[in-house]
Amino acid sequence: MKIKNLLKVAYKSIIKNRMRSFLTMLGIIIGVGAVIALVAIGQGTSEEVESQISSLGSNLIMVMPGSSHFGGVSRGAGSINSLTLKDVDKLKKESTYIREASAYVRASGQVIAVGKNWSTSINGVDPNYLIIKDWELEKGNFFTKREIRSRAKVAVLGKTVSDELFEDSDPVGQSIRIRNIPFKVIGVLDAKGSSMMGDQDDVILVPTSTALYRMTEGKNISMIMISAVSNDVMEEAQEEIETILRKSHNLKDEEASNFRLRSQTEIIDRVSSVTGALTVLLGAIAAVSLLVGGIGIMNIMLVSVTERTKEIGIRLAIGARGKDVLVQFLIEAVLLSLVGGIIGIIFGVLLANGASYFMNMSIVLNPFISLMAFSFSGAVGVFFGFYPARKAAAMDPIEALRYE
Amino acid sequence: MEIIKIGKIKKTYIVGDVKVHALRKVDLTVKKGEFVSVMGSSGSGKSTLMNLIGCLDTPTSGTYILDGEKIDELKKPQLSDIRNQKIGFVFQGFNLLPRTNALENVELPLLYDRRGRVKDPSEKAKQALDRVGLLDRMDHEPTQLSGGQQQRVALARALVNEPSIILADEPTGNLDSRTSIEMMKILQELNSQGITILLVTHEEDIACYSSRIVRLRDGIKIEDKVLTEIRSAAKDLEEMGAIPVELNGNGYSTEV
Repeated sequence: MKIKNLLKVAYKSIIKNRMRSFLTMLGIIIGVGAVIALVAIGQGTSEEVESQISSLGSNLIMVMPGSSHFGGVSRGAGSINSLTLKDVDKLKKESTYIREASAYVRASGQVIAVGKNWSTSINGVDPNYLIIKDWELEKGNFFTKREIRSRAKVAVLGKTVSDELFEDSDPVGQSIRIRNIPFKVIGVLDAKGSSMMGDQDDVILVPTSTALYRMTEGKNISMIMISAVSNDVMEEAQEEIETILRKSHNLKDEEASNFRLRSQTEIIDRVSSVTGALTVLLGAIAAVSLLVGGIGIMNIMLVSVTERTKEIGIRLAIGARGKDVLVQFLIEAVLLSLVGGIIGIIFGVLLANGASYFMNMSIVLNPFISLMAFSFSGAVGVFFGFYPARKAAAMDPIEALRYE
Repeated sequence: MEIIKIGKIKKTYIVGDVKVHALRKVDLTVKKGEFVSVMGSSGSGKSTLMNLIGCLDTPTSGTYILDGEKIDELKKPQLSDIRNQKIGFVFQGFNLLPRTNALENVELPLLYDRRGRVKDPSEKAKQALDRVGLLDRMDHEPTQLSGGQQQRVALARALVNEPSIILADEPTGNLDSRTSIEMMKILQELNSQGITILLVTHEEDIACYSSRIVRLRDGIKIEDKVLTEIRSAAKDLEEMGAIPVELNGNGYSTEV
């Protein structure tokens, strides 16, 4: 039988049982829709996380103090304060792959301004910190080398802090007290938004020296923030930093480094591997529902074959070969699943867009996934349609004709 | 020329532990242009013989040659092709495809014809419908047709692929007596055109319109006689004061 006629017969039989066909397709529709929507959401989330990490700074490498061992007991990260301002100077002088390096002194405390107070993190940084972090000032100025040298009591506020302490009035030029030390506000940072690291705008930046000598013991810095020359030399830069710092710390070859390096690429890689696994997991769950939809198709096709026993008998009697009947029922099953697949794609795209619109999720619609889900639904049709079709083809024409 | 040549054909069914001999060594030869009635009460084996001749079933032993082709050696797909190309079926229950109009029903055998002989199945199907006088009803579905009309559609379907023989299994079983005679009239007309017909029936009134009667009992042929005097269905209808069945096309008229 020609394909045109086969399609006509299949179409007729699907139309004849509209409701049943639709319910059968529903399994495939939900399956394909779920695959497309969930993978879109998964990939969207993973891209958003990556872009958030990128927003932490450009080609960022962080150097953190390492862990110490005391009689076999490991005391955890940061348990030795191994980094000093000297290290920062050495890195700046000796390295070729580093664009900028800034010391980073972490402190915290209560901040008071005109009758309001706020607890936030106070970070001592170098004047080049904004370049490293890819950050802009909203108003005012940032501190300079001169203010570092003089350990000036000046502060630049993050957007959140500025809003909390000064609301609508201009904080620049105003005076605040950090741990009872008076500071002059000289600038306000642009809003950077929150990331998975928390609210990046809930911060006050002060000169390194000020933080180091006025707020901590004045010996060690918490971190070194480094911006590499380009993204391509991240690994070389890390090796170089390692070499320079080991020399600066007078470490012997067999000694482990007493500091750790974290690069932004490394974090992105790690996070992407997690979100990637999440996407695969979501896709797999959705694929299971597609499989269940396939079983639905098989169920209905079996019913349909039994119901149409007489028709099969007539077709066989007037000269259809078993193969003709097989192909006829197979085409019907595949048509059901492919139409379900097409509706499923539309449904999935709508669902993903709905999630993006109403739940503010970022989505990435991948045409390749749609194509894959569509072909998979076709394959489901062939696979689950084959058994009922073969049952139809193997019927004895005499028995089938006698069926009422 | 012999269309059907059956030699010592046997068919045994096994039902549970019991062997049922449906046919015991039956011989039958049908020549081209004959109109044979196979008669017998239920259980006589006439349906089994019909299924064997119709290539729907294969014999336990014996030989069967249909239009020069040895059937007893063929496999399922070849049997399908024989049914498609050499045999036209007319069943008691009409067996038209539901929700499918008359034209599409008649077309069906052409769509399964692997020889691809017919370029325009629809045109060919229209010709066949014309031969049974139902061209004006080609868009009607079976439920919109009377029993007699449905059986004529089935007959058109049987004719469409120009088979060697038409097998009619109790074609009048579901029809009233008047429509039955009308049906027999059409069959007689087709037979007069040279089409070989094998009719299975248990009604003497119907068998008398054929040219030869073969009688079976308990799987054995007990009678095989050629009728010297054949009743004319057309004449009977006239006597009944009939509204004649309108036939048109192909030089058909109500008088034969």
